[in-house]
Amino acid sequence: MAHPSTYQPASGIEKWLDARLPFPRVMHDQFLVFPTPRNLNYWWTFGGILTFMLAVQIATGIVLAMHYVPTAEGAFDSVEKIMRDVNWGWLLRYSHAVGASMFFLAVYIHSFRGLYYGSYKAPREVLWILGVVILLLMIATAFMGYSLVWGQMSFWAVTVITNLFSSLDSLIPGLGTTLVEWIWGGFAVGGPTLNRLYALHYLFPFVIAGVVILHIWALHVPGNNNPTGIDVKTERDVIPFHPYYTIKDGFALVLFLLLFAALLFYAPNLLGHADNYIPANPLQTPPHIVPEWYFLPFYAILRAIPNKLFGVIGLLGSIGILVFIPWLDTSRIRSTSYRPIYKWFFWLFVVTCLALGYLGSQAPDGWYLFFGRVFTIYYFAFFLLIMPIVGLIERPKKLPGSITQSVLGPEASRPAGTPAAPSEPVREGVA
Amino acid sequence: MTMTRLAVVAFLLALAIPGSALAEEAANGHGPAIEAQEWSFAPPFGGYNKGQLQRGYRVYKEVCANCHSMRLLSYRNLAEPSGPHFSPKAVETLAAQAQVTDGPDDKGQMFQRPGRPSDAFRSPFANDQAARAANNGALPPDLSVMAKARPGGPDYIYALLTGYHKAPPGFDLTQGMYYNTAFQGYQTAMPNPLVDGVVPYTDGTKPTVDNYAKDVSAFLMWTAEPKLEERHKIGARVMIFLLVFAVIMYLSKRAVWARLHRRDHTHTA
Repeated sequence: MAHPSTYQPASGIEKWLDARLPFPRVMHDQFLVFPTPRNLNYWWTFGGILTFMLAVQIATGIVLAMHYVPTAEGAFDSVEKIMRDVNWGWLLRYSHAVGASMFFLAVYIHSFRGLYYGSYKAPREVLWILGVVILLLMIATAFMGYSLVWGQMSFWAVTVITNLFSSLDSLIPGLGTTLVEWIWGGFAVGGPTLNRLYALHYLFPFVIAGVVILHIWALHVPGNNNPTGIDVKTERDVIPFHPYYTIKDGFALVLFLLLFAALLFYAPNLLGHADNYIPANPLQTPPHIVPEWYFLPFYAILRAIPNKLFGVIGLLGSIGILVFIPWLDTSRIRSTSYRPIYKWFFWLFVVTCLALGYLGSQAPDGWYLFFGRVFTIYYFAFFLLIMPIVGLIERPKKLPGSITQSVLGPEASRPAGTPAAPSEPVREGVA
Repeated sequence: MTMTRLAVVAFLLALAIPGSALAEEAANGHGPAIEAQEWSFAPPFGGYNKGQLQRGYRVYKEVCANCHSMRLLSYRNLAEPSGPHFSPKAVETLAAQAQVTDGPDDKGQMFQRPGRPSDAFRSPFANDQAARAANNGALPPDLSVMAKARPGGPDYIYALLTGYHKAPPGFDLTQGMYYNTAFQGYQTAMPNPLVDGVVPYTDGTKPTVDNYAKDVSAFLMWTAEPKLEERHKIGARVMIFLLVFAVIMYLSKRAVWARLHRRDHTHTA
């Protein structure tokens, strides 16, 4: 949120640096005293949690890369060597694998929070779109990372997903096949494929880190949305980020780490698939090829659509459509809490995503396929029909007069003309 | 608004009815049920029973190792304190029982020598083709991470090893296959490997199929997850640390936000 700088360089060296690269000024204005709505709930703590998880994945990943062998012959055994012979290798590898799941858990909560409170609406469209870009990059990175284990599920997941491009053959004969062979670096998934997936898996997290910086930049121009969805009106509506939200985010992070640690130390393979402990075998297809849990809803959508090319379009569209939400939602207000009709459709959408996740783990026939199709239709209808129509016909509940009133009740509004002397944000913790 | 609520209720009801059909289908469609056993290494505090791992190693070596390789293990691993914890002397003896191909020597010749603790477990066959040729076309899989490579893990291995029964009348058993209640499709190319008394036990444990199956399943869990004890031990410390840290963070958070509440109070008063 645009606010006058309050940074005071104290020492000579700070003044010298401030005139050349005002990095301490940026940190002071954007991190320490940044005016943040006072009513953010715990759903707002996942941004910090995600930043932490990205750091965990990059730190553990770099060390794992020092020991990993990206060849078809050596990959599987090198992972097991990390688990057995590298100091703390088991901790690094399980942290990285379970960390991917925790990363996705956090990013999905973060996204649903943005969806519920209308955080994509003006003036935060660019912030939201950058979030979708990060989600896409995360999906690509996680997929490539899973392939590196080079177990049966790794190998066959790569085979299934890269083969999706061959559906382009139905548009221009030969185009899909050419593209797939170009991606593979050969006529089948093999060593060259693994090697390039490894190179890109190392590159993408740094691209994510770059887009995360843009995401935070785009957040700091309009400032945070908040549970009421109404704009900041007075200085009383905001508090400095530090210490109020550093401590709140910190507490939430520790709770999140408790769940992370419980999985990591007591059930590190719970979210994985037993088949991926069988070395990749191009001659033997597993009976059920199932992606990791965080891809299951998208997998269900892919398989719900009978035509291969349209299935792929549906798969990409299910994420691509998120880019257009700021313009699909016609509601005048942001927060779903004040939208009596839309609220029902929102929670039904959450149920739909969970149901698609379950259906994605089952073989696509009989009732599973039927419900896969029902929920796929609802998934797209939610964005394309419900968001535009409900926003137009719905009459929102009465919004609170201000953020401060939503916290303290209507009596918090002082009559005009009351001295406003102590109304500036508290800054005790910053001094 | 009541219309929407009605519509939602109707939709959820519509889901519930075929939902029960889905659940039934799921229960039937996923192969033989594997019974959960009690293991010493169960989370959160469990560790390996050293005696059980030593017995399990004997069963593995006398029975399983005749057909199955275990290429990710070395003899030195058998001395690990969080594993079977054989004495260094015992490991040297166990390693020396295997003949290992080494070389080339100064004349460029490969030669045979007794195994050393640093050697990898000797594989029973030179390659997969040799293994298939000796086993009626079936390939005995490597056992290093077997306890993680099948749903159910050690429970599955125990169920498989104790799951050999006479095929029920009318069951279409393929020539050269064996009926097994735990195996997918109920027939496996592996003949029943365990008979009471086939491996002598010296620690007073009864040499029964049930004990063999239990001990070798535990041993295979260790080969698949050799750092399990370390993981559980560090996990307990990390959890205690995080719990205490969470309490401290919660109290700090309340203390910091109390400033804000004080300010609001002086305002409204």
